[in-house]
Amino acid sequence: MSAVIDLSPAGRPKLSVRGLNFYYGSFLALKNIHLDIPEKKVTAFIGPSGCGKSTLLRTFNRMFELYPEQRAEGEIRLDGEDILQSRDDVSLIRAKVGMVFQKATPFPMSIYDNIAFGVRLFERLPRVEMDERVEWALKKAALWNEVKDKLDQSGAGLSGGQQQRLCIARGIAIKPEVLLLDEPCSALDPISTGKIEELIHELKSEYTVVIVTHNMQQAARCSDFTAYMYLGDLVEFGPTSELFMKPKKKDTEDYITGRFG
Amino acid sequence: MSGGTAHAARLAMHRRRKRINAIALTASLAAMAFGVFWLIWILVETVRLGWGGMGLAVFTQMTPPPQADGGGLANAIFGSLTMVTLATLLGTPIGVLAGIYLAEYGQKSALGHTVRFINDILLSAPSIVIGLFIYAVVVAPFKGFSGWAGVLALALIVIPVVIRQTENMLGLIPNALREAAYALGTPKWKVILAVTLKAARAGVVTGVLLAVARIAGETAPLLFTALSNQFWSSDMSQPMASLPVTIFKFAMSPYENWQQLAWAGVFLITLGVLALNILARVLFRDKH
Repeated sequence: MSAVIDLSPAGRPKLSVRGLNFYYGSFLALKNIHLDIPEKKVTAFIGPSGCGKSTLLRTFNRMFELYPEQRAEGEIRLDGEDILQSRDDVSLIRAKVGMVFQKATPFPMSIYDNIAFGVRLFERLPRVEMDERVEWALKKAALWNEVKDKLDQSGAGLSGGQQQRLCIARGIAIKPEVLLLDEPCSALDPISTGKIEELIHELKSEYTVVIVTHNMQQAARCSDFTAYMYLGDLVEFGPTSELFMKPKKKDTEDYITGRFG
Repeated sequence: MSGGTAHAARLAMHRRRKRINAIALTASLAAMAFGVFWLIWILVETVRLGWGGMGLAVFTQMTPPPQADGGGLANAIFGSLTMVTLATLLGTPIGVLAGIYLAEYGQKSALGHTVRFINDILLSAPSIVIGLFIYAVVVAPFKGFSGWAGVLALALIVIPVVIRQTENMLGLIPNALREAAYALGTPKWKVILAVTLKAARAGVVTGVLLAVARIAGETAPLLFTALSNQFWSSDMSQPMASLPVTIFKFAMSPYENWQQLAWAGVFLITLGVLALNILARVLFRDKH
């Protein structure tokens, strides 16, 4: 099934997926996906466990390439350029397409270095500018006030919610264009979740955000577009309000109303 | 009525469990006491017999001739420190690099499986075999026992320990951490150096310390390689004294002053190994 919708009111697509098939070994996990992700909007992927939403997300920065038994066929265009065929180094794609994971993963270094680590991979900044960049990223991630007096302490000493915001700060510090969030709140308490959702709302003015979530209220609260996936198929894709208020497909309706999944 | 019987049956079962628990607990405690008893006896004897021979002379004077007055273990202490240090410096980088290969590059490759298998054999190889191997390939062709041969034999014991520990510790690092580093566009060598190896460093250092503790007390690999030396020698191409070989020689002798020094040497080694083990534990505990 495919779901390419007219995005003209939403502006041009940042990512266009065409005929994407994905395999874990011989298992077909994504079936002929067609999808346009609009620029500077929040797009949510929802669906029951194992439906392929994380798999789809992980093709956008070619994360799957770490595992030799996984492969993708088809096209994923970032600003019109196919990233699956790209001959550029994969680091350059990942510098444009940042990712935050389900489990917060602070690196074994100070809070400052956690942010500076990624920046140093692509830019040589004098100390003052690096300080500014770290402060900017931590402010963007709404973490600056909590950590500004302990930048030299280990990132592992922060609370779960703070660690996750540190990971978001680390991701935006290298100034990506797209930010992929893979269930970023599933291990967090409601207050930390609230902060991250506010943050997502802030981020979309500058970034294209794609979020995978198990939480339908979360998708409804913070996304502009929603894709419902089931067993490797993209069942329905559209503006979040339409998908939740008057879904076109019976399957989608059953899932969002809790009759299934 | 039937509720009452069920309750009685449960009580009986509970009493039975308690009895079995008491028996198992007693057996475990007895086994532990048995082990600790000998360990404490060894420590007490080491301290009692070793302490008497301790003194400044142990650290400043050379190993004496039989039945002479005075004398110490200075040459043996120096020889042991030198050979253990050099063997660790030689074996650690090789072991860490091979461990990185196994954990980060060759997890499933044929080469990885082969290296892991051979390393397991090397890990459990008797140290006397390693001593004889170095004798055959280094000492015999160059016609001479030497400190370098001793270093090589000890390094061969360090390497498999460090390989195994490095691989295990890197294996404990969650893949999520690696993925997070890759997601920033980090090249693989940098992910390993700056993130995974750094996260595993306490465990790797612990492995190195335990390897040092192990070679500090090895006698067999030195008997055929560094041999021993009655005199002060810092020339690594000459036979070199070491604490374990000196202890072996002196403890087996009929001379009282030699036996006394052997106990002093045992005391020093035990203390050193104990200190290394405690250091390794403290390091590991801080991180886990």
